[in-house]
Amino acid sequence: MIQGLFHYEFLQNAFLTGILIGILAPLLGVFIVVRRLSLIADALSHVTLAGIAASLLIERNFQAMAGLNPLYMGMVFSVGGSLFIEKLRGVYKHYQELAIPIILSSGIGLGVIFISLANGFNTDLFSYLFGSVSAVSRTDLWVILIISILVILVIIFLYKELFLLSFDEEHAKASGIAAKSIHFIFIVMVALVIAASMRIVGILLVSSLMTLPVAASIRLAKGFKQTIFLSVLFGEISVLGGLFTAYYLDLAPGGTIVMLAVLILVLAIFFKKIMIHKQVNIGGGAK
Amino acid sequence: MQPIIEIKQLSYRYEKDTVLENINMTIPDSSFLAIVGPNGSGKSTLLKLILGLLRLQSGEILLFGKEISKFKDWQQVGYVSQKANSFNTGFPATVFEVVASGLTKKLGLFTFFKKEHAIKVNEALDAVGMKRYCNRNIGELSGGQQQRVFIARALVSEPRLLILDEPTVGVDAENVNSFYQMLGDLNIHRNITLLLVTHDIGTISDKVSHVACLNKYLHFHGETNEFEQFRNEDVSKVYGHDVHLLTHHHEHGGVGR
Repeated sequence: MIQGLFHYEFLQNAFLTGILIGILAPLLGVFIVVRRLSLIADALSHVTLAGIAASLLIERNFQAMAGLNPLYMGMVFSVGGSLFIEKLRGVYKHYQELAIPIILSSGIGLGVIFISLANGFNTDLFSYLFGSVSAVSRTDLWVILIISILVILVIIFLYKELFLLSFDEEHAKASGIAAKSIHFIFIVMVALVIAASMRIVGILLVSSLMTLPVAASIRLAKGFKQTIFLSVLFGEISVLGGLFTAYYLDLAPGGTIVMLAVLILVLAIFFKKIMIHKQVNIGGGAK
Repeated sequence: MQPIIEIKQLSYRYEKDTVLENINMTIPDSSFLAIVGPNGSGKSTLLKLILGLLRLQSGEILLFGKEISKFKDWQQVGYVSQKANSFNTGFPATVFEVVASGLTKKLGLFTFFKKEHAIKVNEALDAVGMKRYCNRNIGELSGGQQQRVFIARALVSEPRLLILDEPTVGVDAENVNSFYQMLGDLNIHRNITLLLVTHDIGTISDKVSHVACLNKYLHFHGETNEFEQFRNEDVSKVYGHDVHLLTHHHEHGGVGR
């Protein structure tokens, strides 16, 4: 495979994209998880599915649009969905989580209609659902690179504000921080990263790449920065390991990446248990 | 010297319910005022008005001599809300990170945390006696320790006025005294004006210099030792329940000097 990396452009694309996604998804995932918004990623990924399906349908029916990259439509739908979620959260102030199932089911409903209109599943769609080692184009790579730079800059420059907003939203608002605008920027970044990640992990598994590495690192980390660092590390191990396995065993990378992330999570939980056990034993021995 | 807060003829109502009626109050610089009153007495409303979170309906509030609607210098005011200790205790942040977040607004957008800020964070932690916990995750601390961390977060931007809403709620009974000791030190050694609100009259400590007794009307406002006299006679009217319970609390280290 190392040789393959030098020879085949598609492998380079997949791995470079994988490296970027391995940073982005867990990086935003940390903020999503601590704010208890994990399901937003799920809702947005299903909206992205509708976008992909719409794009494939357009591609099929209009010759002029044959070269349309589904990534763009996916991004448009995902960002649109994120705006709707924010709107709905405002409408249902006391049932804010209600926005998520509404958007999620709308996304699937719309997606299924588009898929039926396009006469059902094809291999192309399958790769969007579960990821693919061979489907990433050079254009995709460039688009995802631009998204990565944007997201990383936003996180660096708004880190203080995002931290405060995540830790204590009320205090953030009371101290006069532009909480609404910052939250809005953040949600749009999440939507972009979800659309960008689907090439590698697939729509159905994007949210797990945002949450599983974070779930593992929260068990082990001291402090927020360490949580981010460990999450990105675990995400990167899952993505690269998953891509290798998927390539050699000819599997959909979404599955291998997520199963690696699950493995890391299980190890983290066990490791923490052992550490606590040891501490208790030492504490008991001292008495 | 100019008073920190002046309240003149303040009234406030939620639809038909009047919660504050004709409140007049002056809070001098470097004082330590406890506002006491039962639940629903308008204490929280008064705090929200002072913090500018509610709009004035009638009357006037001057903060540092400025009308509240024109007051801009909110850096001077630190606030520890009652909800501060109901945060997500699984949040993976160290005590240091939590206190540092108190500088967010002061630093402003697109600026970064530097060494000089870390020094301020350590000073604030020192002031509340929590410096040795700075690398612990916030969720691992006790309620009283967390409350101290939130006070440090408010202190880090170096306010002249610190407002605390029911600060002793999460503090164990045996630690209430040392908690007030810490607040007294902030008041005296750091010259911070303190304003705290509590429904629990029994926990008022001798570190408090002034007491205001509120229940829609301001029933008493004066120095702590005068309050004791007033209390024995009238507190039961304000609270509308048994005063003996309250004086019983007092014997364990209450108001008297």
